[in-house]
Amino acid sequence: MLRALILHLHPKVVPEKALRFSLTFGLGGMALLLVLLLLGTGVLLLFAYEPSVEGAYDSVAALRYDVPMGQFLRNLHRWGANLALVLVALHMLRVVFTGALHGPRRGNWIVGLALLVLVAASNFTGYLLPWDQVSYWAVTISTGMLDYVPGIGRFLQRGLRGGDEVGRRTLSTFFVLHAVFVPVVLVALLAVHFWLVRKAKGVVVPRAPGESPDRGPMVAASPNLTRREGVTALVLMAVLGVASVLADAPLAGPANPGLSPNPAKAPWYFMGLQELLIHFHPVFVVVVLPALAVLLLVRAAKGTTSPAEGVWFASSNGRRVVIWAAVAGAVLSGAAVVLDEILPDLPSGLVVGLAPVLLAAGVAWGAIFLLKKACGASAEEASMAWFAAAAASYGMLTVIGVFFRGAGMALTWPW
Amino acid sequence: MVTRRETLRRLWRVLGIVALAETGAAVGIYLWPRKPKPREGAYGGVVTAGPVGSFDPGTVTAFAKGQFYLVRLKDGGFLALSRRCTHLGCTVPWSEVDRKFACPCHASSFGETGEVLSAPAPRPLDLYRVTFEDGVVRVDTSVAITRDRFERSQVARG
Repeated sequence: MLRALILHLHPKVVPEKALRFSLTFGLGGMALLLVLLLLGTGVLLLFAYEPSVEGAYDSVAALRYDVPMGQFLRNLHRWGANLALVLVALHMLRVVFTGALHGPRRGNWIVGLALLVLVAASNFTGYLLPWDQVSYWAVTISTGMLDYVPGIGRFLQRGLRGGDEVGRRTLSTFFVLHAVFVPVVLVALLAVHFWLVRKAKGVVVPRAPGESPDRGPMVAASPNLTRREGVTALVLMAVLGVASVLADAPLAGPANPGLSPNPAKAPWYFMGLQELLIHFHPVFVVVVLPALAVLLLVRAAKGTTSPAEGVWFASSNGRRVVIWAAVAGAVLSGAAVVLDEILPDLPSGLVVGLAPVLLAAGVAWGAIFLLKKACGASAEEASMAWFAAAAASYGMLTVIGVFFRGAGMALTWPW
Repeated sequence: MVTRRETLRRLWRVLGIVALAETGAAVGIYLWPRKPKPREGAYGGVVTAGPVGSFDPGTVTAFAKGQFYLVRLKDGGFLALSRRCTHLGCTVPWSEVDRKFACPCHASSFGETGEVLSAPAPRPLDLYRVTFEDGVVRVDTSVAITRDRFERSQVARG
């Protein structure tokens, strides 16, 4: 029956070219497998977890000391969740850089963006549940960022926290979101996601620059595709299993609302935002930038299929442009962080705060402009360059925030 | 000319939207956090701090249950400061040595009147209303009062 189900989810035949691993790197499939693993381990963890301020910490600590296989299960869940977020992000990069978001795939691009948000939301709501010092203050800080949204910030923050501060209501809210709401919506949207891939006649067919967009010969999906998926799945499970044996999911001391740790950091995927908060006025970091990102991402998909669909970076020139844009994004944002550390503090305030924002935007725009001039990039390549630069920049800020920020959020070496 | 069929179809659509809105509103009211019942003597209610005379001028006293600091300035005036950092909500401890509130999370610091000494905190520590009853200091922690700067008028005098 399982066999029949798996075969039914696949088309009968697939283009032979589309089997190439370096097209998708199996990212979407691996993310799906992780979601299934997270649902399974999540259900098992529910049997051990006590969703209350009094009992949560002890029930998670008991996984390590009292419950056979408990810590291993928690490790699988924690590392699997982190890996899922990374894979979904890489999956998105792959889709952008192979031009697989235009034409009939536009709707699925939007669904995919929603899935990214859901996977992040799932990670974030789960982060609080151990109710230890790290998770308590990470959620305090992350929801504290909402305070800077003009007008409705307090309202949103109160709604999410269930009150003025992270407490009893926050834990039960996050628990329900994590264990019921997000998984249900996620699974429903995943069904839509796969259906839309099928409707677009499968994944894009890869080709070298200049090669005709011919689909080429078809081969049976089973065993050609299913066997490859099976191998990828086994390798992924093996890697995750070994990682979960070697590394334990962290658990600090029990949450103490009266004592903030030094430094207090958001979960790693929000550290890029927290890093930006050190340098820019909060309104830009918490409102303008996320709104701009959502708007640009939603509008990135065009109505008609790109003529370069299936070609990595649209052309060999595009590859050069994208790589340079990524390098520039990482280097410039790293340099900007160090520069801001050396320069004296500006007085706070919205108008004064506009200056560094305009400066950063100007530098980014100038760098991409020069790159376009130097390489003669097409419009499609230029938008890929923007995307690469932004992603590399966020990656760099995340690395700095996670590894290079010590006590009092001062710049330090990680060793 | 709108047919009867079209009119009915539109009516259904309107009814559907109304039903959705009602359901949404009902769910919203159900989920919205209720104001916790003011607990006498703890955070969210009115906390009795103690007789005026028991706080020496120039001291800062922490009230863990009420989640605030009672500051008695050198001139004898009182300020009740929220212990929550205005940057991202960490709890700020009072350092008697440096005579300032130093946030451990992101290095903001505040003076004894709650004014910002160093960024990234965007505004002074929030205030709670201080009242005096028969020579006893009482602090109302139900509403945090935000402010842009310290002013003499914020100081309560018994």
